[in-house]
Amino acid sequence: MSDRRRRIADSTLVALAFLLTLFGLAMVYSAGQTDVPTLVARLYKLQMIWFCVGLGAAYVASRASVRFLDWVATPGYVLACLLLLLLLFVGAGAGTAAGTKSWLAVGGVRLGQPSELAKVAVVLMLAKILAARREAPKSLLDLWKPGLAVFVPWVLIMQQPDLGTGIVFVGIFFAMLFWAGVSWQLLVLVASPVVSLILAFGPGVWGAWFLVLIALVLWYKPYLVEGVVVVLANVVTGVVAPILWDKLNPYQQKRLLVFLDPSTDPRASGYHVIQSQVAIGSGGWLGKGFTLGSQKRLAFLPAQHTDFIFPVVGEELGFLGVTIALSLFLMLLLRSVRIAARSPDPFPSLVAFGLASAWFVHILVNVGMTLNLMPITGIPLPFFSYGGSFMLSCWISVGILVRISAEGRGKADMLVI
Amino acid sequence: MSFHPNEVQRRARLAAALLTLAFVFLIGSFFRTQVLQHAQYVLQSEENRLREVPLPAPRGVVYDRHGQIIAENLPGYSVSLLAPGVDSLRAALRRLAGTIALSPEQIDQAVRRFRRAPNRPAVIFPDASFDVVSVLEEHRVEFPGLIIQSAPKRYYPNGPAIAAFIGYTGEVNESELGSASFRGYKAGQQVGKDGLEKQYESRLRGREGTRFVEVDARGRVVREAGARQDLQPEAAPPLYTNIDMDLQKYVVELFGDSLIGGVVAMVPKTGEVLALHSAPSFDPNRFIGGIPVEYWRALNDDARRPLYNKAIKGTYAPGSTWKLATAVLGLQSGLVTLDDLMPVACNGGYQYGNRRFKCWDKKGHGRLTLAQAIERSCDVYFYQLGLKIGLSRLVAGGVDLGGRDRTGIDLPSETRAIFPTAPASEYYNRRFGPRGWSNAVSLNLAIGQGENAQTVVNMARFYAALATDGAGAQPEIVRGEVQRKQLFTLTAEQMSGLRKALAGVVQHGTAAASQIQGVMLAGKTGTAQSGRFNGAAELNHAWFVGFAPAENAQIVVAVMLEFGGHGTRAAHIASKIIEHYLKVQTTQVLNTEGE
Repeated sequence: MSDRRRRIADSTLVALAFLLTLFGLAMVYSAGQTDVPTLVARLYKLQMIWFCVGLGAAYVASRASVRFLDWVATPGYVLACLLLLLLLFVGAGAGTAAGTKSWLAVGGVRLGQPSELAKVAVVLMLAKILAARREAPKSLLDLWKPGLAVFVPWVLIMQQPDLGTGIVFVGIFFAMLFWAGVSWQLLVLVASPVVSLILAFGPGVWGAWFLVLIALVLWYKPYLVEGVVVVLANVVTGVVAPILWDKLNPYQQKRLLVFLDPSTDPRASGYHVIQSQVAIGSGGWLGKGFTLGSQKRLAFLPAQHTDFIFPVVGEELGFLGVTIALSLFLMLLLRSVRIAARSPDPFPSLVAFGLASAWFVHILVNVGMTLNLMPITGIPLPFFSYGGSFMLSCWISVGILVRISAEGRGKADMLVI
Repeated sequence: MSFHPNEVQRRARLAAALLTLAFVFLIGSFFRTQVLQHAQYVLQSEENRLREVPLPAPRGVVYDRHGQIIAENLPGYSVSLLAPGVDSLRAALRRLAGTIALSPEQIDQAVRRFRRAPNRPAVIFPDASFDVVSVLEEHRVEFPGLIIQSAPKRYYPNGPAIAAFIGYTGEVNESELGSASFRGYKAGQQVGKDGLEKQYESRLRGREGTRFVEVDARGRVVREAGARQDLQPEAAPPLYTNIDMDLQKYVVELFGDSLIGGVVAMVPKTGEVLALHSAPSFDPNRFIGGIPVEYWRALNDDARRPLYNKAIKGTYAPGSTWKLATAVLGLQSGLVTLDDLMPVACNGGYQYGNRRFKCWDKKGHGRLTLAQAIERSCDVYFYQLGLKIGLSRLVAGGVDLGGRDRTGIDLPSETRAIFPTAPASEYYNRRFGPRGWSNAVSLNLAIGQGENAQTVVNMARFYAALATDGAGAQPEIVRGEVQRKQLFTLTAEQMSGLRKALAGVVQHGTAAASQIQGVMLAGKTGTAQSGRFNGAAELNHAWFVGFAPAENAQIVVAVMLEFGGHGTRAAHIASKIIEHYLKVQTTQVLNTEGE
C-alpha cells in the first residue's frame, strides 16, 4: 500500500464511535463523583489517555490494508492463543474478579487483558478460514476448522475463568457462520446441544425440543453420521446437564440462580442486579441529573465505572439518555453491517461483520444484565466501561472497519484523511 | 462461501432487522423499568439512601379527677449511633468509650438493639445526662453516625404514692415485639410496662415522628438534615382518671413506711376508683429508662415484697368480712331472716362431730339474731348458718357472689380470687381425695376461712354491692362507662337490715370505735389466719371493708394489712380514709374482735 495514496474514511462510523466514546467518558467521570470519594474519581483521566492511545491504534489499523490483515490473521491468532495459555500460569485477578486470571501482569503492574485483543484475532482468523472456502459450509464436517479456531481460545478463556468473554466468542462464531451463508437449519443443529443443556432442567420442555430436533434432522437430511452425532449430543447434554450443574462453582451456580430470581438473596449476589434496577428505574424520563444519581453517589451501585456503568446513564440521564445511547449503538452496528455488505471480498466482509457481532454481544449482554435480562457475566460495555485494553480493542476495530469501508464499494458521504 | 451480492444484501437486511428488533426490545425494557415502574424504584432508591431516625412522641399526660397531674413528660435526650453493620458499630462504640464512660454491658446492649433493627440507629443511652450530651456534642465530628435526639422522659411527680396503679415505661422487648398486640412497634420504642401505662398503652403512646438522614451504601451518614421533610411526632391526648390524688396521698401517708398491705377506695355505685395503694411502695420514676440493678435487687430482696401488688394481686383469707356473704346466701335462699336465732347458743365454741370449733370470744355470745351475730361477729352462729345452708349452696352461692372473680379493674395484673368451684363435693374430692374431707369444711367456709382467698379489690366490689342494691360495680381507674354486675338480689328491707347490722358493727359491735361522727359508717372487720407463725402465735391478716354513709353510700373502702394483726387496726385506717374523703370526724374503733 502506497503511503502517498490518500485513503477515504467512513466519517459516519468514526463520528458515531466518537460520540459514544465522549458519552462514555462523561459517564466514567460521573461514576467517580461519589459522596465519599474513591479511586474511581480520577479514572476518567486515565480513560482519556486510553482513548488517545486507542485513536492512535485506530489510525494505524486504518493504514493497514486488507491484504495485510489477511496476512497477519494466522500469526496474530497464534500469538493470542499463546498469550491466553501463558495467562493460565501467570495471570492475575483484579477488582471484583480477583479470583480469575484474566490479567497479564509484570511485576505486579497490570498491563492489560489479552482476551480483549484475542477477540479481534479470532475474528480475523475465522474470517480467513471461512473466506478460503468457495462454498458456504453445508455439513457439520465442513465446520470443523472454524469450530476449532474458536474452540481453542474459548477453552483457554473458560479456564481463567471468564464466562462473559466465552459467551462473546460463541456469539462471534454463530454470527460469522450466518454471514458466511450457513443455512439456519445447520446453525440450529450446531447450537442444538447447548439448547438441550439449558432445557434439560425442565424435562417436558426438553422432550418437546428433542422432537423438534428430530423433525429438523429428517427435513434437513444431513449425512447419517452427522444426524446421529447431533441427536446423540443432544441426549448427552440433556442428561449430563444436571451433573454438569453440580460441577459448577457455587458462585457460578449462585449467579445463574440469581439471574432466574434476583430476590432470592438480595443482600448477596442478587444485590448487584437489584441495585442496578433501582438505579435505572429511579431515573425516570429525564434522570436525576448528570453526576447527581443517588444510587451511584452513595455507592449502592457495584462496579459503577466498569460493568455497571449503564445504570449510571439510566439513573442520571433517564430514559432519554438511555434511548440516545442505545440509538447510537444501533446506528454504529447498522453502519458496520452496511460496511460488511458493501465489501467486495469475502474476507473483509466477514471481518467487518465479525467485529460488529462482537460489539453487539457485548452491548446485549452488558445492558441486558443491568435490567436482569441476562445473567451477570462481568462483560464490559464498548466505549463506555472503564478499561484500557477494551478501549484499545474497540478503537482498533473502528480502524479496521474504516479501512474495510474505504476499500469497499460506493463512495457516498466519504471524507479524505 | 456464497458471496453473491444479492445474497449478501439479503443477509444484511436480515441482520439489520434482527439488530433493530433487539434494540427495540432493550429500549422497551428500559421504558418499562424507567417509566412504568418508576414510582416503585424511586421508593426503593429512597429507602436505600434514607435512614429513619425515630422522633419519640410525648406520652399522654395522666390527670386525677380534679386535674392534678399523675404522670407527665420531662425533656430528655437519647444518644444513638447509625452503623452499617455489627462490626463497624462495635468499632465506633469502642472509640466512643474513649470519650465517655461506656461499660461493656452498655456496648453489648447497643449491639443487641442494633441486631433487632439494623436500619434504625442503635440506642446507646436511652436517657443521656446533660453532661454526656454536651461532651458528645463537642466531639460530634469524630463520630459521623452519632445521633443526639430529644426524647421526652416520663415523670411521675408523686412517684411512690401512685406506684400501685401507674406502672412504668421501658423499652419494648423482643417478646413484646413478636406479639400481635405490639404490631407496628419498632425496637427501641418506649412502651408502658405495667399498670395504667400498660393498660392504656394505645391511648398514651402518641404517634412517633421520623427524621431522615442520608447514608451511603456503607451506612455512613452523608447528610444529617434536609434529606427529606421530617415527620413531626404527635403527642397523645391526656388521660383522665377517677383517682383523687389528695385522698391517694393521704392513704399513702397513713400507711407510712411501717405498714404492709393494700387499700382500694371507690364510689360504690359507679366503681370509680378514688385511691388504690399497696404498701410498702417504690418509686416508679427510677424504673424509667432502665431499672438500676441495685434498686431492682433491693426491691426484690425486701421481705415485704414492695413489687407485689397487695391491692389487686395478693389474695388473702377474707375472715369475718366474708360472714356477710354467708348472711346474704342465707337471706337470699330464705333459710333465715335477720331476726332468726340459731338452735345452739354461743358458749365460746361449737361441737361438730368429735371436734370443737371455737368462737373468737371464749366467753361466748349467748343467743343472737343474725343481725346481732353480724354486729358481734359471732363464729358459732355462722357455723350453724353455714351448716343450714349446706356445703353445695355455700360454694355455688359464693361463686355467684363473685368469690372466684376478677373484678375487671383496668389494670393488667389483677389476680382471680381463690374459692372452691361448684359442685363442691367434686372440688373437695379432687383436692383432698374422696375420704380426705368432711362436712366440717362448711364451718370454715361460713366464717371466711378454708379454701377462700380474696383480693382487696374484689372485697371492695362485694361491699359496694352491699352498699347499693346487690350489684357490684366494676372498679375503674380511668373514666369510662359504668359496668355493674348483679351479685345477689335481696329485698330492700333485707338490704337495709344488713346495712343496719353493719352500721351496728361500727356503732356498738366489733368496730364500735370507728363510728364517724355525724355520718353513719357501715363495715365489717376481719382477722384472718395467714398460716404463718411468729413463734407460737399465728400472724393474722387484718381486714376492714366498709362504706359510708350507711345509707346512700359515697365511698366504699377495703383495707387489708398483711400480717397486720387485728381487724380493728384496718378499721381504724379505713375510717380515717373515709373521714378524710367525706370531710367529717370519726370516733375511735374499739377492739371487739379477738384478743
